Amino acid sequence: MSLKRIDLLICCGSGCISAGALKIKERFHAVLSEKGLTNEINIIETGCMGPCDYGPVMVIYPEGIFYKKVTPEDVDEIVAEHFVKGRPVQRLMLQDEDKTIAAHKEVPFYQKQVKVALANCGFIDPESLEEYIATGGYEALGTVLTQMTPQQAIDVVKESGLRGRGGAGFPTHMKWKMVHDRKEDQKYVICNGDEGDPGAFMDRSLLEGDPHRILEGMMLCAYSIGASQGFFYIRAEYPLAIKRIKQAIEQAREVGLMGKNIFGTDFCFEAEVRTGAGAFVCGEEMALIHSIEGERGNPTPKPPYPAVSGLWGKPTVVNNVETLANLPTIFVKGAKWFSTMGTETSKGTKVFALTGDIRNTGLVEVPMGTTLREMIFDVGGGMIGGNEFKAVQLGGPSGGCLTAEHLDVPVDYETLKARGAMMGSGGVIVMDDQKCMVNVAKFFMDFCVDESCGKCSPCRIGLKQMYNILDRITKGEGQEGDIEELQRLGETVAKISLCGLGQTAPNPVLSTIRYFRNEYEAHIKDKACHTKVCRDLFHFKIDKSRCIGCSLCSRKCPANCISGSREDKYTIGQVDCVKCGNCQDVCPVKAIDRIPGIHSDVTAHKEALLKRKARED
Amino acid sequence: MYREICSKYAPDKDNLICILHEIQNSHPQHYISEEAVQTVAEYLGVPANHIYGVLTFYTMYSTKPRGQNIIRLCESPPCYIKGSENILHKLMTLLDIEVGETTKDGCFTLELCACLGVCGNAPVMMINNDVYGDLTEEKVEEIIEKVRRG
Amino acid sequence: MKTLADLKKIREKAQEEMKLRGSSVRIKIVVGMGTSGIAMGAREVMKTFLEEISNRNLTDVIVTQTGEKGLSSLEPVVDLIEEDKPKVTYGNMTPDKVKKVVVEHIVNGRIVSDYVVATGN
Ligand SMILES: Cc1cc2nc3c(=O)[nH]c(=O)nc-3n(C[C@H](O)[C@H](O)[C@H](O)COP(=O)(O)O)c2cc1C
Ligand code: FES
Repeated sequence: MSLKRIDLLICCGSGCISAGALKIKERFHAVLSEKGLTNEINIIETGCMGPCDYGPVMVIYPEGIFYKKVTPEDVDEIVAEHFVKGRPVQRLMLQDEDKTIAAHKEVPFYQKQVKVALANCGFIDPESLEEYIATGGYEALGTVLTQMTPQQAIDVVKESGLRGRGGAGFPTHMKWKMVHDRKEDQKYVICNGDEGDPGAFMDRSLLEGDPHRILEGMMLCAYSIGASQGFFYIRAEYPLAIKRIKQAIEQAREVGLMGKNIFGTDFCFEAEVRTGAGAFVCGEEMALIHSIEGERGNPTPKPPYPAVSGLWGKPTVVNNVETLANLPTIFVKGAKWFSTMGTETSKGTKVFALTGDIRNTGLVEVPMGTTLREMIFDVGGGMIGGNEFKAVQLGGPSGGCLTAEHLDVPVDYETLKARGAMMGSGGVIVMDDQKCMVNVAKFFMDFCVDESCGKCSPCRIGLKQMYNILDRITKGEGQEGDIEELQRLGETVAKISLCGLGQTAPNPVLSTIRYFRNEYEAHIKDKACHTKVCRDLFHFKIDKSRCIGCSLCSRKCPANCISGSREDKYTIGQVDCVKCGNCQDVCPVKAIDRIPGIHSDVTAHKEALLKRKARED
Repeated sequence: MYREICSKYAPDKDNLICILHEIQNSHPQHYISEEAVQTVAEYLGVPANHIYGVLTFYTMYSTKPRGQNIIRLCESPPCYIKGSENILHKLMTLLDIEVGETTKDGCFTLELCACLGVCGNAPVMMINNDVYGDLTEEKVEEIIEKVRRG
Repeated sequence: MKTLADLKKIREKAQEEMKLRGSSVRIKIVVGMGTSGIAMGAREVMKTFLEEISNRNLTDVIVTQTGEKGLSSLEPVVDLIEEDKPKVTYGNMTPDKVKKVVVEHIVNGRIVSDYVVATGN
């Protein structure tokens, strides 16, 4: 037994690593060995703890003290004060309305959360098989293999009500049953770790933070459907996730949890990792299967479904990472326990990724049916920078926007769908009142145009057309009838596209039209962007009563269009203004404002140009 | 050299993507040459045009030489909301290149990419295999300087 | 690993290693490690606790630390906290006294009243 008295858990999820967690870890090693404390303190690298916004974060046990935004310079102080003298460093703790929050458990971010899939993320060392086992890992597998038939296992999943977490919410047991019932000697299970939805990162965190859980989930599926081979398809953008899963497979093999006759039964299983190469559409299950086969990742029409003809033509189950992550706990704690959480049709918990203009960005796991308000304001800490909440985009580029009036809607598959949004993979992009919804819709459309594989024409051509219209609208060239044209195109593309990408890509546009039609109209009819985001639909104006005539703006103007004097103050020549915003940035007294709409000088100038051109022709 | 990389994998078509990754990563200019394609085609026993078909489908592969370091800035909505546009401008002025170009000294290539799955720390960029989050213009300057020094 | 029993063995051992994070703790030993405590030898006291506990394989006991308690004249000060019992504070601790406290109090459940400087909260 060791003499360790402190467990130092440093979050080494990608978020915290990008904020410098590895440097901090190195510094701890250096300082601890300098002070001769290495054998008293365990340094453990964990997966994502969730509150990425506070990164790098760490939790120190046994007290469970939570530190945020730690820098390498803080390390000396933590060691000298906290580790040696037992005085936790107040300054690094979370402040909540004048109150310092020391304990990890008391951090408001964790209060409403119920961790099932994420239970071990940020708590165990993901590179240690033993720590996973210590939390009850592989017990589900051992029990199922030795005490249940595949059909019984499928029944447990059925009773739990688990539905796919990868987007569509298809009941997991049904997929399994279909493959189970097929009489073929070779079947496959694939873990879909392609996670391409902008704003989603729970699958990465799970793969990085608790790889054995996903592996165990995969084996539970494999046994139930009669597969002896599994593949992890992980996008190449996630090098750490790839490394951790490969390592987990090796570790499992070493102790006989993988390979032949697992737990002394007839069940044999092997798993391998395959990577993507930067194509969003490969998250679609048929495209993914083609990609594993070494082909272009094009979707193909369904049916046949993968359950009938999947990888190399064999029956295949494709399950999302988070879906698999729920399985070990369902088998250990029971289907009943799982199904008591959630709503009528959506059981259990769901991991959401909070991003955008929200105070606590990061991962949260809450029971299905939690309202958006609880998620955004109670867990997420509300809006950042004192702005008002305006909209939330749920389900990434295939989902839709909801508004303040939907804040009390319980989040589950059906409720969201009815309101034009989607659960999707669980991305929650929160936007404040400074965002232009037309511009946001254009951005999502841009993403889908880029990622369309081009195989079917409605998606390839239709989305591009929609993008062009949106682009025109944001440039002040919108026309009467554009909104209707967008709706018409959107509905057609959704109806006749080959795969889910095209079928759902119009959602952001359609839902923003539904809830923010007035913004579209202002852009088209008044040529005004009231949030002052679209460059062509606002102008800069110097307020003479505030201007001190310092001439700084005039000197910094690249177009040389600001003139004036100390006495007369300064004015902007609207016709030549390129809207770079330099003047606004440099003005020492903030006398320059953005005014929605096109300036009358510019409109007049344009008309004059047109007239002259007409005359010349 | 390409032959050596190939031989680490079984000669099955489903290893193609992994082989291409390794070839590209091991080339100092991060690209897949015609010679490499030929070698892989022979090794796997598939026509070269199949390999080109795959190469061009996936955005991460390049058939043109690139810089020693590949900068991939995320342009997806969550990063956009948090100001990735300013970061892009900063990178372009700092490196004096446009998107898709390589600096004169061959040190950096600037690319845009879809969500890197680190949106909690937006805006985000990846340089080679390292992720940098919570970017500000000042931070970008520091990072570039550090990578340049090696 | 071939059976659930094998798995259980690994689990028990691993849980042992992780007990600092767990809740299956019977007694918590809190050593005052402020500047004065350290000056009076609190580090040695802490080390002795860790060694004794490890030697005796006491898996449900953890050692942690805290800052100054304001009892400077009694340093090193140690709290023993047991669930549902009043806290016991020992003062003027030395490695030898620690050994006695481990045997008497922690193993046999008899408070060593000679060293006690305070009880309750
Ligand atoms: C364009 C597109 C992208 C998708 N991307 C993903 C993805 O990144 N991860 C994922 O698990 N499922 C994704 N899906 C859904 C998969 O096709 C499939 O439904 C899912 O992996 C099934 O797993 P589940 O039943 O466990 O949810 C995507 C679907 C489409 C149409
Ligand atoms: S949107 Fe940029 S990392 Fe996800």
